[in-house]
Amino acid sequence: SSSDSFRRWLCVQLQYPHVTVIRGYLSAAASLQSSAPKMAELGAGSLLTGDPAFNYQEHELNERLKRLYPAVNEEETPLPRSWSPKDKYSYIGLSQNNLRVHYKGHGKNHKDAASVRATHPIPAACGIYYFEVKIVSKGRDGYMGIGLSAQGVNMNRLPGWDKHSYGYHGDDGHSFCSSGTGQPYGPTFTTGDVIGCCVNLINNTCFYTKNGHSLGVAFTDLPPNLYPTVGLQTPGEIVDANFGQQPFVFDIEDYMSEWRAKIHSMIARFPIGERLGDWQSVLQNMVSSYLVHHGYCATAMAFSRATETMIQEDQTSIKNRQRIQKLVLAGRVGEAIDATQQLYPGLLEHNPNLLFMLKCRQFVEMVNGTDSEVRCFSVHSPKSQDSYPGSPNLSPRHGATNAHVHNTGADSPTCSNGVTPTNKNKSHNKYTGVSSASSSPSSSPSSVNYSESNSTDSTKSQPHSATSNQETSDSEMEIEAEHYSNGVTESSTRIMNGTYKHQEILQADDSSVDDSCSSRQLCGGNQAATERMIQFGRELQALSEQLCRQYGKNATHKKMLQDAFSLLAYSDPWNCPVGQQLDPMQREAICSALNSAILESQNLPKQPPLMLALGQATECVQLMARVRSGSCSFARVDNFLH
Amino acid sequence: MPCWYSEIPLFTATSRHYVDRLFDPDPQNVLQGVIDMKNAVIGNNRQKANLIVLGAVPRLLYLLQQSSSSLELRTECAVVLGSLAMGTENNIKSLVDCHIIPALLQGLLCSDLIFIEACLRCLRTVFISPVTPVQLLYTDPTVIPHLMSLLSRSQHTQEYITQIFAHCCKTPEHQTVLFNHGAIQNIAPLLISPSFKVRMQALKCFSVLAYENAQVSMTLVNVLVDGEQLSQVFVRMMQRDKPIEMQLTAAKCLTYMCRAGAIRTDDNCIVLKTLPCLVRMCSKERLLEERVEGAETLAYLMEPDIELQRIASVTDHLVSMLADYFKYPKTSVLDHDLKHAHELRQAAFKLYASLGSNDEDIRKKITETENMMDRIVSGLSESSIKVRLAAVRCLHSLSRSVQQLRTSFHDHAVWKPLMKLLQNAPDEVLVMASSTLCNLLLEFSPSKEPILESGVIELLCSLTQSDSPALRVNGIWALMNMAFQADQKVKVEIVRALGTEQLFRLLSDPDTNVLMKTLGLLRNLLSTRPHIDQVMSSHGKQIMQAVTLILEGEHSIEVKEQTLCILANIADGNTAKELIMTNDDMLQKIKYYMGHSNVKLQLAATFCISNLIWNEEDGSQERQDKLRDMGFVDILHKLTQASDPNLCDRAKTAMQQYLA
Repeated sequence: SSSDSFRRWLCVQLQYPHVTVIRGYLSAAASLQSSAPKMAELGAGSLLTGDPAFNYQEHELNERLKRLYPAVNEEETPLPRSWSPKDKYSYIGLSQNNLRVHYKGHGKNHKDAASVRATHPIPAACGIYYFEVKIVSKGRDGYMGIGLSAQGVNMNRLPGWDKHSYGYHGDDGHSFCSSGTGQPYGPTFTTGDVIGCCVNLINNTCFYTKNGHSLGVAFTDLPPNLYPTVGLQTPGEIVDANFGQQPFVFDIEDYMSEWRAKIHSMIARFPIGERLGDWQSVLQNMVSSYLVHHGYCATAMAFSRATETMIQEDQTSIKNRQRIQKLVLAGRVGEAIDATQQLYPGLLEHNPNLLFMLKCRQFVEMVNGTDSEVRCFSVHSPKSQDSYPGSPNLSPRHGATNAHVHNTGADSPTCSNGVTPTNKNKSHNKYTGVSSASSSPSSSPSSVNYSESNSTDSTKSQPHSATSNQETSDSEMEIEAEHYSNGVTESSTRIMNGTYKHQEILQADDSSVDDSCSSRQLCGGNQAATERMIQFGRELQALSEQLCRQYGKNATHKKMLQDAFSLLAYSDPWNCPVGQQLDPMQREAICSALNSAILESQNLPKQPPLMLALGQATECVQLMARVRSGSCSFARVDNFLH
Repeated sequence: MPCWYSEIPLFTATSRHYVDRLFDPDPQNVLQGVIDMKNAVIGNNRQKANLIVLGAVPRLLYLLQQSSSSLELRTECAVVLGSLAMGTENNIKSLVDCHIIPALLQGLLCSDLIFIEACLRCLRTVFISPVTPVQLLYTDPTVIPHLMSLLSRSQHTQEYITQIFAHCCKTPEHQTVLFNHGAIQNIAPLLISPSFKVRMQALKCFSVLAYENAQVSMTLVNVLVDGEQLSQVFVRMMQRDKPIEMQLTAAKCLTYMCRAGAIRTDDNCIVLKTLPCLVRMCSKERLLEERVEGAETLAYLMEPDIELQRIASVTDHLVSMLADYFKYPKTSVLDHDLKHAHELRQAAFKLYASLGSNDEDIRKKITETENMMDRIVSGLSESSIKVRLAAVRCLHSLSRSVQQLRTSFHDHAVWKPLMKLLQNAPDEVLVMASSTLCNLLLEFSPSKEPILESGVIELLCSLTQSDSPALRVNGIWALMNMAFQADQKVKVEIVRALGTEQLFRLLSDPDTNVLMKTLGLLRNLLSTRPHIDQVMSSHGKQIMQAVTLILEGEHSIEVKEQTLCILANIADGNTAKELIMTNDDMLQKIKYYMGHSNVKLQLAATFCISNLIWNEEDGSQERQDKLRDMGFVDILHKLTQASDPNLCDRAKTAMQQYLA
């Protein structure tokens, strides 16, 4: 089955995590990301009827469809929401927002039969699709057919009579599978009955329900892209459709839950057979490489010791990267550039684009008053400027949106912490454990602590001048280190706890940042600093021109530079159209790019294999929807991330 | 499992060594010995059997019970005993014979949780074995309340205790004992335990507690678990992503609550949840055991309710899904395969029987299912009595259909295997088979003739002598149906075979149903004039006596009405009339009933008089005169004013006989 192939695929990816299909993935993810917000608007835009009841119903519909078919991307494959006024026979009349169907022909014989299709075919990503039809009136003879048909099937017929057309008829209870003669299937139906039609896009079958009771499979081997269809044949016949506008009579969500459980257990029980050992070491390597990538040095060491795995990179290198990352995340980009050039000579020279990005960022940080080139002029640092209020991008935010995972997940989990760039200091302290052990648990991540730590930073505290204040405000790197000896599980739970904590404080921090907004000034309000910034801007402009000469025009660079310089055009750069740049969260992308570049220069993968596998799995599930494999609906990657 | 070693145990030196160490004077050595023994027996059935034979059990029990033993030692003893219990059924028997149960129950009084859990684990293993008499749980009345109190101790105690309850609640008495000791309040909170095992065992407890128990069921519907009604908790447990075992057991709970009258059959939790869940359990995808249990439970759920039968009959192609139950191989070298085949078939028959018990369309659907009638016919002669019984039940259910009696029943000559089944079958089969026969003997049934010719009368007469009221009813009922509009020859044969003595014994039967059907038989025998005269000429005296007796006795209106109708039939005979006319006592009785407060009795009595004074017959004048003298005309006159139109008409017709 398709889910099988998905798992096999996933396994291959897990075993060969370095296989790169990532470029295509990234662009797909980017395009999806940009389109994601529009999804919510869909549908809402089409109704400006002003009828509050209708709007309420429409809202209900959107909510229900989102809940039932979360894997459907309506930009690509819209869901059926009503009957199509364009795709019907002339004997069919529509009313009540195209949900009610009545017959308006002569109804003399079967040549007067008439059908209508829904506006859209059923998307495969539904996994399991369901709609109901209520018989408002059986009319003269009750020759009503409910079912499915492909686009282009003759509408002067009842569903089921022709090729690619399927129906269940009320007068005799027979099912019609692309044939003029029916098979005994279920009971007859008439006025007042509610008939449901469920399409299972995983095994391509269909069953009907009557008044909430499943009648059993009616059709198998259904083709893709079928439309919900009803057909009527005698005067007075009226039926109402429910595509999700109302709660369904049949408990479809219960049925879906069974299939979700089936597919999940299929994945969980995927046979790995004799490769059990390989399997384990692959997983361990993924965890280990993830920790190393993000610079969880102590945890990574503890993990490798417990699992007896090797770490490719040496500890010093990890710590170097860690230090540079912290500098970037603290907004001290100038120092980060210096450190990079010192530790990895030639790296930035070979990556002029990266260097340019860093310099641009440095300029922004100067405006912000955080970069050391302007900080040194400050008498005292502005309150909470340096704080890095818990970014939601903290460690893998797998669940959020599929497209998002890969972009942001690559960012360091350390990002959201109040950062002290004093590595050595830390490594001393974590073994002494005297003050840190007692102070860390009380390290409430409030803004007060952050600013205290900031002021320490601003004095450019050197390794040996560490105070206990600094420790309390220190990141989870520190906390994690205390649990160093407790082994793998301990430290990993610790990380999780940290994550939650930071998410919690996010809101509190926002307000504290807002409070300090009013006091924010360009370059910390220092004249000399401002001059230095302008000077730096000129150098940056020169660099841009030089790059232009050397490598030709670069639109991205131009935009970056424009945006950065635009900040100076506003009296309050933090509250201007381009003020977004000053958000500390913006440091994460550049931080991650720098980290990747360093890793690449050391011949190490620039993406942690775990994130690669995750991104590929996510992309694969989306691919499944496009190739009409219904099980993708229940194999969503975020179902497996907790 | 091969059993050669349990009969001829191989005494190995090591086994003996283990036992010897239990007698070491140094307690520390004893402890180490028990621990070594524990490690030696795990998963080793031969070792277990050896140790039992070598007498390890009494010593272990002794050590376990000694308060001087360390807790650690006592706990290890309980663990080893638990391990021994995990072996063969013979092991369990030996342990029970050594009085392990009271010893372990005694151990539960200790305060140490680890020791209690070890004892409970062992008790659990012993009690869930089919060889352990469940009664042992109830011998000491303090045990159940103590177990209830231990439920709060840990998830393990909860799991073991609920599992013990679920296995040891087999009779209404057990249900009452557990109920009276607060089983419901104590176990209900466990339904939302974080442990799946605890939830599952608690659920099983409720299913055995509620089975055919109105008191428990009525209490259950009012129980709240964490603010939620118990029935809703069960509904959640039936969700389709839950483990099958849980869905099935929750469906059983709701089924039993429904059958006990605690939940209406039209409640959504039954109609939209329990019933579809049970139908799903019958699907091919389920395990054989689940399919069997599902079908049996579903049959039980809908037995009394035609609406549920109708819904089930259209749900998920249930009728044809059940046909798959017959596709399991009938012949197999493996015993358990054979058993599965039997279980599947009997479950399917039961469910068909339940489905078809009321609705004509469903019966038609069943008989039209592939080879259904053939399957029933062959089911009637299967080796397994369970299958035979279920098959005849199914046949009985379908025999309620006039159309089926006329068509498929006749086409498949079902009467033949049915007749065969009636020879020497156990009572429960006989009840069903004879009841089916009753229907096959209805006058419109084409099977009636061949059955008569097969000499069924003797058999039916012998049924009327059974100790079982149900069999007596069926026997006499079948005879009654047989006598309806029958030939003189048949009637004579019935009377001869039954014998007047037996007939009169049946007329004084304590079971009203038997009495009613016997009267019905008499009435059918006494129809058409020549038959009346003939029967009355040979048995008139006894019949009149019996009629007198019933009319004088304490009987229901229906019985008396039936008796008066017999009298009216007698009054219709040519010569038989005289038996009434010459019996003044009887005439007085008729007079009495003409003035009775019940219209039905008045009508029947008036019928009788009307027949006696009918004009066109010999001697009608004399009879009219006599009855006029006795005051009947006055009564008839009065009855012409009666408010009941039937009675009024009947009286007027009778009066006209005098006027003519």
